[in-house]
Amino acid sequence: MIRINGLTHRIGATPILHDIDLTLPRGKLIALIGPNGAGKSTLLRLVARLEPLQAGRIEIDGLDLATTGTERLALAMAVMGQQTHVASRLRVAELVGFGRWPHHHGRPRAADREAVEQALDAFGLTPLRHRFLDEISGGQAQRAHLAMTFAQGTDWLLLDEPLNNLDMAHSRTLMARLADLVGARGRSVLTVVHEVNYAAAWADHIIAMKDGRIVAEGAPETVLTEPVLSALYDTPIEVSRHDDRPLVLHHHWHDQLGSPFPKPSDDTLRVLH
Amino acid sequence: MDRPAATLIAALLALLAASSLVWMFQGIGGGNRAFILQLRGTKLAGLVVVGAAVGIATVLFQTVAANRVLTPSIMGFDALYVLLQTGLVASLGVAGFAALPNAARFLASVAAMSLLAAMLFGTLVGRGAKDIPRTILTGVILGVLFRSLSTFLARIMDPNAFAVVQSVSFASFGSIDAALLPVAGGIAALCMAGAMWLAPRLDVVALGREAAVSLGLRFDRLVLVTLGLVGMLVSVSTALVGPVAFFGLLVAGLAHGLAPSARHAVLLPAAGLIGAVVLVAGQTLFERLMGQAATLSVVVEFAGGLFFLFLLLKGRVR
Ligand SMILES: Nc1ncnc2c1ncn2[C@@H]1O[C@H](COP(=O)(O)OP(=O)(O)OP(=O)(O)O)[C@@H](O)[C@H]1O
Ligand SMILES: [Mg+2]
Repeated sequence: MIRINGLTHRIGATPILHDIDLTLPRGKLIALIGPNGAGKSTLLRLVARLEPLQAGRIEIDGLDLATTGTERLALAMAVMGQQTHVASRLRVAELVGFGRWPHHHGRPRAADREAVEQALDAFGLTPLRHRFLDEISGGQAQRAHLAMTFAQGTDWLLLDEPLNNLDMAHSRTLMARLADLVGARGRSVLTVVHEVNYAAAWADHIIAMKDGRIVAEGAPETVLTEPVLSALYDTPIEVSRHDDRPLVLHHHWHDQLGSPFPKPSDDTLRVLH
Repeated sequence: MDRPAATLIAALLALLAASSLVWMFQGIGGGNRAFILQLRGTKLAGLVVVGAAVGIATVLFQTVAANRVLTPSIMGFDALYVLLQTGLVASLGVAGFAALPNAARFLASVAAMSLLAAMLFGTLVGRGAKDIPRTILTGVILGVLFRSLSTFLARIMDPNAFAVVQSVSFASFGSIDAALLPVAGGIAALCMAGAMWLAPRLDVVALGREAAVSLGLRFDRLVLVTLGLVGMLVSVSTALVGPVAFFGLLVAGLAHGLAPSARHAVLLPAAGLIGAVVLVAGQTLFERLMGQAATLSVVVEFAGGLFFLFLLLKGRVR
């Protein structure tokens, strides 16, 4: 369980997070949603001890973030940030191998190599294992970073927009893999997701953030509703149902919805067709 | 170490051995054989220590700075060492300065340098040098500041003191301070052993601050320790031959280009060997074959400077 109490954060004089209290249950796939600039990455980075805590308290499975050594925390949670860029020239398998660092500190054992092979395989990277990171596509690199995070083998996975650059098939595979980690192996996942339908289809628990505050939290049915989503994103949003789960319709020009952007004129539409 | 890496290291070792042999025995006459060999041996040891120290210090620095253009000397490390020496001469006077045992003075300078380097540059590079142009500019300004402070101190000293300071302020591979060699070499060897011990952790540092912290590395502490090592290695090379500006850049660039892997267990020895080979082979060429003992530093600096421009123009600043 991750417990967050009285978490407030500022950058310079600007308040970014306002007195957040939040409990993230174990053994669930938790999706964090919200508009750009809501503070999702900031929240995730604070939990991941990538930013120093300014006020408040964070506890991960009973480990107090402020007093627990960073080596110990690396065995409890694995983190993938929104920006993944590596300066050194590494091969895919080398990068994934670094996921095991917290376990071996430079001397990999058989179990570590095994975990790396599994992670490479899980993300379809085995054929790319000897390629350099700067010689593969954006989505392939994203998968390599995900595989590294998986290889770490921790109880908690914190992912910031893991679907970046992934095509439809790989997005679905990733979500299925996350759901499997949670369902079959009792791990816990917190992931920032922009495409709410992935959250609708796969998440057990959804947290909605806006302007540095938690505005809604709960099962997909309670959070992914027209009033909540419309207010969250400041745009009218229609929610339907499919497979007994919410299905958010936001890719269409619905006359009755209006739009923050001007509706394309008939001329533009003709050009587009 | 895998095969390509082992091949590279072996090839560099062979090159170093070959150029050392030429250096030692080329044109050796009948007369003062023992004397000449001893003279040449001392100089050879000095060149190897300096080349290896500069190469390894530069790779270490570039890893913690997450940047392939910055080097300790561009950031003003050796200017700081010269300032330290000038400050000592200014405060103790020439007699006092000379009265201090050579080794003790050097050890104190090394300790002060590693502390100052970690303190001054730790804050500058610790966050992964996000703003590269500003970091370079800050380093250049620090270098100018240290140099002008040295000059200022030298101006207000008497001419004797000024001469003492001059001797530590300019690079010369031809005149190595032999008296310092044993202690400087010892310190360099210790630093290199320390760097090799840190090598697996430096690989994690090279992933960037965020990934390294996520993997449980005590990033900030490691950066300080590494900068401390860099400070000591720069002290060694500056004490032996004086400040060099772009030599390290050239060596680190070659090491990164030639090494088949980004692992520091390979990069660090490769850089050390390349530095030594360039100096030994270069000095053999210029001093023996061309009879120009003093030109190596000029040529190396010129080549390094061109390489620096090349990196900047190619936009390979990150
Ligand atoms: N370095 C910074 N300096 C100043 N403000 C910042 C900085 N980083 C983030 N912010 C501000 O903090 C707020 C929260 O940013 P954060 O990155 O957490 O948002 P987010 O919810 O992850 O957004 P996105 O969906 O675009 O990734 C934003 O208003 C942003 O402008
Ligand atoms: Mg974000």
